[in-house]
Amino acid sequence: MSDSFRVVPAGDSAVIVEFDARIDAGVNAQVIALAEALQAALLDGVRDVVPTYRSVAIYFDPLRTDSDALGALVERETARLRPAPAAARAPVTIPVCYGGEFGPDLPDVAAFARMKEADVIRIHSARAYRVFMLGFVPGFAYMGAVDDAIAMPRHPTPRVRVPAGSVGIAGVQTGVYPAETPGGWRLIGRTPVRPFDPERAEPFLLKAGDTVEFYPVAREDYNRLRGGGA
Amino acid sequence: MLTTIQDRGRWGYQAEGVPVAGPMDPCAHRLANALVGNGWDAATLEITFIGPELEFEDERIVAVVGGEFDITVDGRLVPANAPFVAAAGSRLRVGQRRRGARAYLAVRGGLDVPLVLGSRATHLVSAMGGLNGGPLRAGDRVPLGPPDRARRTAAALADPWPLPDRTARVRVLPGPQVEAFTADALDTLQSAPYVIGQNSDRMGFRLEGPRLQHSRGADIISDATPLGVLQVPASGQPILLMADRQTAGGYPKLATVISADIPVAGQLAPGDAMAFTVCTRLEAMAALIAQERTLMAIEAAQS
Repeated sequence: MSDSFRVVPAGDSAVIVEFDARIDAGVNAQVIALAEALQAALLDGVRDVVPTYRSVAIYFDPLRTDSDALGALVERETARLRPAPAAARAPVTIPVCYGGEFGPDLPDVAAFARMKEADVIRIHSARAYRVFMLGFVPGFAYMGAVDDAIAMPRHPTPRVRVPAGSVGIAGVQTGVYPAETPGGWRLIGRTPVRPFDPERAEPFLLKAGDTVEFYPVAREDYNRLRGGGA
Repeated sequence: MLTTIQDRGRWGYQAEGVPVAGPMDPCAHRLANALVGNGWDAATLEITFIGPELEFEDERIVAVVGGEFDITVDGRLVPANAPFVAAAGSRLRVGQRRRGARAYLAVRGGLDVPLVLGSRATHLVSAMGGLNGGPLRAGDRVPLGPPDRARRTAAALADPWPLPDRTARVRVLPGPQVEAFTADALDTLQSAPYVIGQNSDRMGFRLEGPRLQHSRGADIISDATPLGVLQVPASGQPILLMADRQTAGGYPKLATVISADIPVAGQLAPGDAMAFTVCTRLEAMAALIAQERTLMAIEAAQS
């Protein structure tokens, strides 16, 4: 159960349940468990339940929502939260073609880390990452934590265009760009996997709380996987 | 000129990073639909600053509500805020705005573009919804849905829909991160109007005015960004987040515009100003209920 949370209003149509102000897997697990419980409750008038790193936003229609019932629901569900619920979903593995034209910042990250590019790749693909939240654009997952040794801060001036599928690092965060957008993360590779495809039965590859493992693939494998519609 | 297809918005997918989008002036969108006998969730055209010219392939009942624009059918002026018939082959032209920033053009039957994640709303940055994810362009063909025979059109609005002055009074509620600012920040916010900067759009209004002071830095752990929230980056100049806002952001948020005043904000343009007033939750709800009563009375009068 949670020992510290507070509910803060955000205008007349949203409340935010805040947990400890830190980026932490345990805090985030509470956030996701609460979001799932609130979604399952199907309270009349609730439009959206949005988990982030350390808070849950509840959006509602103030003309249709009983605010006392909503407050009571939040209190009840928060009180019965259990830390670290069992992972419901299998780890998601994401192939990455590192370096070269796909990873234009890999040399800079290697210089930052004072190691070879191959070591950056090894370190980035060695550990499992937690999806803390999605945001920025549809299907963009904020994952962590990246090994401190390669945790290079983002570009001071973002690129105007980052190609879809680019895999980047921003400090201890890592992520995959689902679409071509502006972006400031350090690009170290590219995946043929599409994090968001509205035509797919499951449009979103990842959800908050998932575990992700990256693995290096050669350019030929990238091309084959991409061609194969992976 | 910017014309996009909007409906009530793409709710339910913010947890996956999908922005809500939807109309900047939700009341005008809703009334335009009511006038032509559509449900509130039907898609309309949101017309910004200057309108398009549309040719109708078959006869349809049309209404334009919101900002004041010159509207002509085959060169003849037609009234806003009232349903009218556009004959097959006729050309409807929405000209320059006179007051307000956005008008909503509803066609009986609604604009029948494909649903993406349950909504037809266009989100420009993620190229989602609407007509291939983008604004309307010359030569586009917009499919129309079948009219709902069970619904009737409504009479013309008795009064023109209220539009804000060049300096709009907008009410806010404190929070969600009021404690991330100095104790006088809410007073500063109310001390003088903020001008809407040129670099403002459906995502948000960059405001220029009295500088708001953070109490402990301008970065927070990214969290949710509700409609109408005033987020404040290190510059101390707030950004009012509007329909196309991202789902989350990492700047502290001082206050949130009340729901009843979102339509007012949606009718403002760069160069206009906003005078913020802090109100109570009770006042916010009273204003919203009064607004809803007005809208429901018009919808109930569908003739």
